Amino acid sequence: MTDALIRTHDLTRDYQMGAEVVRALRGVDLQIHRNEYVAVMGPSGSGKSTLMNLVGCLDTPTSGQYWLNGVEVSQMSDDELARVRNREIGFVFQTFNLLPRATALHNVELPLIYAGVRAKERRERAEEALASVGLADRMDHRPSELSGGQRQRVAIARALVTRPSIILADEPTGNLDSTTSEEIMKVLAELHRHHRQTIVMVTHEHDIAAHAERIVTLHDGMISSDTRRAAA
Amino acid sequence: MPIVEAVRLALGMIRAQKLKSFFSLVGAFIGVTFLIGVISIVNGMDRYMREDFAGRLFGVNTFTLRYRPFNTTGDVTDDQWRAWLRRRRLTEADYHAVERALGPDMLVGVESWNTVEVIVGAKRSRSIEARGVSESYFRIRNYEIGAGRTFTPQEVSHGANVVVIGSEVAEKFFEDTDPLGRTIRVAGFPYRVVGVAKPQGRLFGISLDKFVIAPYTSQIKKAVNPHQIVDGIIVKGPTLPAMQEAMSQVEAVMRTRRHLRPVQDNNFHFETQDDVLDFWTKFSRILYTALPLLVGISLVVGGIVIMNIMLMAVSERTREIGIRKSLGARRRDILSQFLVEAATLSTTGALLGIVTGILLAKLVDVATPLPASISLSSILLGIALGIGVGVVAGVYPASRAAKLDPIAALRHE
Repeated sequence: MTDALIRTHDLTRDYQMGAEVVRALRGVDLQIHRNEYVAVMGPSGSGKSTLMNLVGCLDTPTSGQYWLNGVEVSQMSDDELARVRNREIGFVFQTFNLLPRATALHNVELPLIYAGVRAKERRERAEEALASVGLADRMDHRPSELSGGQRQRVAIARALVTRPSIILADEPTGNLDSTTSEEIMKVLAELHRHHRQTIVMVTHEHDIAAHAERIVTLHDGMISSDTRRAAA
Repeated sequence: MPIVEAVRLALGMIRAQKLKSFFSLVGAFIGVTFLIGVISIVNGMDRYMREDFAGRLFGVNTFTLRYRPFNTTGDVTDDQWRAWLRRRRLTEADYHAVERALGPDMLVGVESWNTVEVIVGAKRSRSIEARGVSESYFRIRNYEIGAGRTFTPQEVSHGANVVVIGSEVAEKFFEDTDPLGRTIRVAGFPYRVVGVAKPQGRLFGISLDKFVIAPYTSQIKKAVNPHQIVDGIIVKGPTLPAMQEAMSQVEAVMRTRRHLRPVQDNNFHFETQDDVLDFWTKFSRILYTALPLLVGISLVVGGIVIMNIMLMAVSERTREIGIRKSLGARRRDILSQFLVEAATLSTTGALLGIVTGILLAKLVDVATPLPASISLSSILLGIALGIGVGVVAGVYPASRAAKLDPIAALRHE
């Protein structure tokens, strides 16, 4: 309980869609500990993206509390949330979300710019992060010059570079073929095993989710199951 | 985000979208080109008027005593005019009295003029300015002699019929032959040419070299003024304070000669450089009033263009904004990114405008009689306006970008 990295209590999120109120989350209690590798599953519309946005501090809940690293973030202002995202969270998106005009190196440097890291250190850390995902020889390439797998590895390097508490991966293999997907899953598994990195991954593919040591399933905005794989 | 980073980003953006950027900075470009060009030309004119025209032709530290102001700018009432025309005119006796009253370091001269007919052989012209002057006139008015000489004091005291002619007169009547020693008829009187003045150039397209200058004691005095009457008594001092001192001495002499009581105003006039410059000052003030309007219109148009381009950029780059926000960009980071981008656009336009304005001014300087001189302050003003327009035009688009919701922005296609 005390060392929970992520702790939510009765988290809800409603969306106003015209005259209707859509209740995307209806009271989620979730704890994720340091060094866990968790997959969040569920059919579309189950609220997993909403949960991801809340956990990723991109959004604030309608009600309930959310503590990240022991700090309540559910009531924070936009700029405070931006700070938390910058320091605590590394995003890996389905569509990579790299800046198309920037080189791999610059894309990875980006979060460090907002963290106020000086240029020299920024470059060193970005190079190190790219090397750790096996892209030491692709630093000056733009996303359009890279394959899907390479792009996602740039995105992982960008997520890592700030040494965040959690990596949040939202359908990280959704736009990749199965071979490349395996490659990316290996990178994530590597991070988890060797660097004790906490990873939360949203996916709807069972074979991808199987890489995680714990699977949380959402249904209609509530957790319907929470299972732990025996062996890691 | 540090400003250097933001500027580098913005420059990259401009490079990536050259045509769009060009259109967006055209307004600032034209505005600043105007600003630099017009200020340079007006400035150059100003310097020319003060140093060359007023300084060289009129003379530094020089004043001229006249019976009434000769250079007026039109805002004189009819009553004033009538009063002026009733005044007593200056005489040769006044000239001698002034000369006696002033110290030896003051140059004192006299001048009278009229437009007369000049005949040389079969050639004639009715529009030559004939001046009757004392020998000191050339030094006071800074006339340089290209060939020959000026008058001697003896020639002036004897009223010798000798003449110094302007360069255009020399060309007109003598073409390729040497005018020195030749005889010309000035207002019917025969004169021997002893000197040719160096060209003075043109002012507003009017030649300053169509003159003949003879001793005021010689026969042309009958053609230029009534007997004993002179148009001006000119005094030049070594310094400005010396000139001002001399001016008060001359004032005292003239008041005494005219028996003015302390309550009465002077019934004569001191003409200084300032009188000559008065007209120009009024003219340049008009230019300086019209200039901000011209510049302002271009800058407002330029600002509106930049604002639209930036609004487009914000909507085109919504996803980029979302990415940046997800990586920890705060509102003010996004705000400053777009503000700096707008300011970089307009400042680039302003810098191009400065270069073009300078070239324009140089071109005008070389190709036309108008002189131009570029001032540092106008360049600084151009840069400041460039930055200012960008920031003002960028505020609205940038604040829209900053307020975007990160989730919606990330989903944006």
